[in-house]
Amino acid sequence: MGYSAFSLLKNALTGHRHWRPAWRDAAPQAQYDVVIVGGGGHGLATAYYLARVYGVRRVAVVEKGWIGSGYAGRNTTIIRSNYLLPGNIPFYELSMQLWEGLEQELNYNAMVSQRGVLNLYHSDAQRDAYARRGNAMRLHGVDAELLDRAAVKRMLPYLDFDNARFPIQGGLLQRRGGTARHDAVVWGYARAADRLGVDIIQNCEVTGIRSEQGRVVGIETTRGFIGAAKVGLAVAGNSSRLAAMAGLRLPIESHVLQAFVSEGVKPLIDTVVTFGAGHFYISQSDKGGLVFGGDIDGYNSYAQRGNLPVIEDVCEGGMALMPMIGRLRLLRHWGGIMDMSMDGSPIIDRAPVDGLYLNAGWCYGGFKATPGSGLSFAHLLATDTPHETATAFRLDRFGRGAVIDEKGQGAHPNLH
Amino acid sequence: MSGQPFRLVSGGLVDRRQSLRFRFDGQDYEGFAGDTLASALLANGVRLVGRSFKYHRPRGILTAGPEEPNALVELRSGARREPNTKATTVELYDGLEAASQNRWPSLAVDLLSLNGLLSPLFVAGFYYKTFMWPAKAWEALYEPLIRRAAGLGRASGEADPDAYEKSHAFCDVLVIGGGRSGLAAALAAAREGKRVIVADEDTRLGGRALTRPGDADALAAMLVELAANPRVTLMPRTSVFGVYDGGVYGALEKVSDHLPEPAPFTPRQRLWKVIAHESVLAAGALERPIPFADNDRPGVMLAGAVATYLHRFGVVPGRRAVVYTSTDEGWQLAADLYAAGVTIEAIVDPRGAVAEAVQAGVVASGARRLIGARVVRALGGRALRGARVVDAHGQTVTLRCDLLAVSGGWTPNLALTHHHGGKPRWDEVLQSFLPGAPPPGMRVVGRAAGEGLAPLVDLPAPPAKGKSFIDFQHDVTAADIRLAEREGYRSVEHVKRYTTLGMATDQGRTANLNGLMVLAEARGAAIPDVGLTMARPPYAPVAIGALAGPHRGRDFRPTRLPAAHGWAVRQGAVFVEAGQWLRAQYFPRAGETDWLTTVSREVTTVRSSVGLCDVSTLGKIDVQGADAAAFLERVYINGWASLAVGRARYGVMLREDGFVMDDGTTARLAADHFILTTTTANAARVFQHLEYCHQVLWPTLDVQLASVTDQWAQFAVAGPRSRETLARLVDAPFDLANEAFPYMGAAELTIGGGLPARLFRISFSGELAYELAVPARYGEAVAAAIMAAGADFGICPYGTEALGVMRIEKGHAAGAELSGQTTATDLGLGRMLSKTKDFIGRRMAERPALTDPARPRLVGLRPLDPAARLRAGAHLVALADPADAAHDAGYVTSVAFSPSLGQWIGLGLLAGGPDRLGERVRAVDPVRGGPELLLEVCAPCFVDPEGVRLRV
Repeated sequence: MGYSAFSLLKNALTGHRHWRPAWRDAAPQAQYDVVIVGGGGHGLATAYYLARVYGVRRVAVVEKGWIGSGYAGRNTTIIRSNYLLPGNIPFYELSMQLWEGLEQELNYNAMVSQRGVLNLYHSDAQRDAYARRGNAMRLHGVDAELLDRAAVKRMLPYLDFDNARFPIQGGLLQRRGGTARHDAVVWGYARAADRLGVDIIQNCEVTGIRSEQGRVVGIETTRGFIGAAKVGLAVAGNSSRLAAMAGLRLPIESHVLQAFVSEGVKPLIDTVVTFGAGHFYISQSDKGGLVFGGDIDGYNSYAQRGNLPVIEDVCEGGMALMPMIGRLRLLRHWGGIMDMSMDGSPIIDRAPVDGLYLNAGWCYGGFKATPGSGLSFAHLLATDTPHETATAFRLDRFGRGAVIDEKGQGAHPNLH
Repeated sequence: MSGQPFRLVSGGLVDRRQSLRFRFDGQDYEGFAGDTLASALLANGVRLVGRSFKYHRPRGILTAGPEEPNALVELRSGARREPNTKATTVELYDGLEAASQNRWPSLAVDLLSLNGLLSPLFVAGFYYKTFMWPAKAWEALYEPLIRRAAGLGRASGEADPDAYEKSHAFCDVLVIGGGRSGLAAALAAAREGKRVIVADEDTRLGGRALTRPGDADALAAMLVELAANPRVTLMPRTSVFGVYDGGVYGALEKVSDHLPEPAPFTPRQRLWKVIAHESVLAAGALERPIPFADNDRPGVMLAGAVATYLHRFGVVPGRRAVVYTSTDEGWQLAADLYAAGVTIEAIVDPRGAVAEAVQAGVVASGARRLIGARVVRALGGRALRGARVVDAHGQTVTLRCDLLAVSGGWTPNLALTHHHGGKPRWDEVLQSFLPGAPPPGMRVVGRAAGEGLAPLVDLPAPPAKGKSFIDFQHDVTAADIRLAEREGYRSVEHVKRYTTLGMATDQGRTANLNGLMVLAEARGAAIPDVGLTMARPPYAPVAIGALAGPHRGRDFRPTRLPAAHGWAVRQGAVFVEAGQWLRAQYFPRAGETDWLTTVSREVTTVRSSVGLCDVSTLGKIDVQGADAAAFLERVYINGWASLAVGRARYGVMLREDGFVMDDGTTARLAADHFILTTTTANAARVFQHLEYCHQVLWPTLDVQLASVTDQWAQFAVAGPRSRETLARLVDAPFDLANEAFPYMGAAELTIGGGLPARLFRISFSGELAYELAVPARYGEAVAAAIMAAGADFGICPYGTEALGVMRIEKGHAAGAELSGQTTATDLGLGRMLSKTKDFIGRRMAERPALTDPARPRLVGLRPLDPAARLRAGAHLVALADPADAAHDAGYVTSVAFSPSLGQWIGLGLLAGGPDRLGERVRAVDPVRGGPELLLEVCAPCFVDPEGVRLRV
């Protein structure tokens, strides 16, 4: 049943008894054309585009827990395409354009809200770096505006302009950036993929990758062997572990990134703001909670929890930026595990094993990339060639030195 | 209003001699010391205290503690306004002001309660199904409406005026919860000589004993012994909110929240980081409501809370009560209420049978005893009027009451046991979840471990009709959960996220178990198979200000001041942040109206005479040991073994991945002693890198590293008259003559009659120049002495701006070029890459993409129009090419107005740059909307390219 105001009204009259499940709880079949491992946003989007755009018939997504239980449901929901480097900009802009039509395409309201993303700068050097970035965006046809201090003050008068340790000088604004409801993105893709015949198999953990004569032929799972002509991994946070099952060692470390939400309050912060003199970013959800975050904890971890030093650091950044939030209360904090790659950019590529494909290394930029990643990975899986916007995300780029290092931090995954 | 009509004349732990005035929604009331805002409101007969999140239903007080979902208020006013404050946790103080929230225009008449009429539409997740057309309307129309309707209270919108502190505490045993079990555990540990901390979120220790007549006295002896033990710290008003790795517990102490405002020099709250060898969780149990239609009417209250108001606060929350209970305790409550003068209309117990002995206690009250019965609906609107009950025979009975005390039994308060991911275990006997795998070092005792709890009984399923609230605050009903399940959101985590069950500010304490019950029933599964959502920290919401502590405003980060800062202040410097440092940016003089005039004057003075610049912020690392030179050989791209004592050399370091990390000048003071300098920005990073190299890569090298950045004040004395200036300071017999102390010389000497100093003949400006280093405590004096020595040459102090102008004129790479994305070759330093030794980054720098000649490389840029102003961050495009991504050839890294050339100049990274000298390119700057500029590509050095001036 399609979703609309009309269908909602109609169902209201019958006590909502006739809604169907948003997706079937599928049991695994013996053989698929493509099996995607990982029922997060990227995996489900990949399955959707495989079926929708590339007409691949038999597609399954296997998920060890419930869909969206990894970083897809643990991020701070920001979407943007304000990247610096040529290898990144077209890809994230593709993603942004897909966000812009996503809800109508999926028939699911993911609350994509283009409320703007403002990155503040606090020094001349930062201003020049943002000018460089903004110009790179503009040359790629992406919207960007460089605001001065007065313009920022008009927009966000509640920031600390008078007593700041690092006075705000201005900001780089991408108006098309914003937020989306992360769980709804997962559910929307799941529902749309399911309607195209994709099997979504939850509570099915991969325990091995089976190869025959050097070619991957399927996966071993807690629900038995599932045969597949092609296997795609979209398990950011656990990419190293899964790839190891195929004998691969990836240039990726797993790290924990925390996210935070406050108690709900009436509308207070209308845009996404990032602090340039510390690591802090914030927006307000439609429900009213302030959603914010900062740096990764900095050590390798598979535990979905973080620790106090970063919690304190994040809140210090928040208070330095907007001291009005001091009396608002942190309601929950949690950790998500992410792939931190050696240059801070992702990998969408064929693995060095036939039949195995990688979608990994999203660092903490994975959520905003969801639609673009899904489309690009589907393209790769279906055609064996990289999508035109994702040609830089090759696995061998580290060997070639063709790194895409936005922050200029080098092979220090904890600094990206 | 006066008199507190619902206050008993005696009993409870309030101090009836201390009357406190307070105001709620503009109305004045009185309560007593020892009250909470909730108990004081109830004492005054105030039932309606809030409105719900979605339907704006009238709500009263449900609980007596931090699990409260309904009674949220805006506490205090002005900049101190605290939205969403649970009235049940607010200690009453004289002059307290609070207001109801999320209602318009008033609590009694809330027009947004019209949402309730639309509730057939506003079911769980309805917003995912609509508001999609047209696409633009989401931001323009739907979302603003939703946002305005959502949220709870209003933030003040003003900077928090209060202060917060952070503290550490260490103990052998941290006891979380100061009730009977916690105190017993504390006492046992204390008697073994352990250091013990007892933390409890309540105002006073005692836990549930405070709510039971007589029990508090029984704890008094324990408290006296604990208080007398110097190894025991009792911390009431302190909530342990999180269990972190390594035995670290986060706790929040409410230091001043019971006062109108904090006393001077006292924080509002204090964040404790408690490092404990072990912990004892004695967090007690939570009472489970029993869902039925309209179970949110003000006057419906948990039985345990009624008991608390009665026994602890001496308040009866109603005149005529129905007790709906599945526990024997509920029957006792009925007897107690009766004894306090409350009419007991009925006791409704869903259990099939209740022991005669239990029933005996209420016989005197004359209450109806409806055993095997269930409440199906509460009656009333803004206040409870009655309850509709279906008795054991299926007959509907309507009862009249203004208080409906409800208890579905007690379950352990497990939240903190989840913080390391440990799943609870299901106990068949208690029909309840018990702690499964608590965090390492945590022991769970008392009711939190299930001790002394009666087994839970199956509760009647919420009726299919009407709104049976499961999560009160978020208006999640049983029907919402059933709908979510029907739509495929079957995992308990999906249900939570789809319906928002358990995500409110009470974190679902009263909701989670009943939500699970409804879900299990809908799925036809057993509760343990459905599983529980994991509680996330913090256990109780924590003010963001408390987590930030004092690190806000100017104290967000430390401010590092060079030793001669005071001197610079006296010179009238304008300062700029350089990382944590505050550096002199320029030194305006009277009559100079803009910074460019000042900076140009400073540059001109240096280039024509002499100037003084404080360069103390550059990182200085002392490298000593027999293998010091060998160590430098491995970390720098160029050679060091051959550097003579008394000489300095410019060095470049790569990261392991072959890109440039940092540069600087390093001098050899002795065969086994170097002084290495870094850029200001990378000082810490380079030191960290060198320590890593030494400790991890080459631990056998005999080398020691020490950061001495703060120990030495260092001044650049630059310009053609710098030698003459310094000659007046250095002690004989040191000879400054060019032959005796040539370019790149380094020496230890004394100045001013015996002050030890170091002198380096190095130059960033391109002029004859020196850097003089003295022990930091002499920094100010030496700066003044240099100024005096150069006075008749017209010496001027210069700041970071002039420093930057001169380095751009000389084409030296600095911050914008050392972006972490450039190679040595990109920066024109490729010839320094030694081919005869190994060094960090060498092999990775040979990767094809790093040696591609088409890479953007450093060039000078000069606008053809000498009046044009070039801007850093502009991108470079070849003359014939369109300005688009495909033809983006690089960008401008740094710009300056060069007084020497009389025009703006720049440095840039241009594809194949050094092969394009003389070519004309365009600078495009769409993000600033400036005009395109025509530039000539030139060598990066604009002034004295042969370096003659350095060597005179």
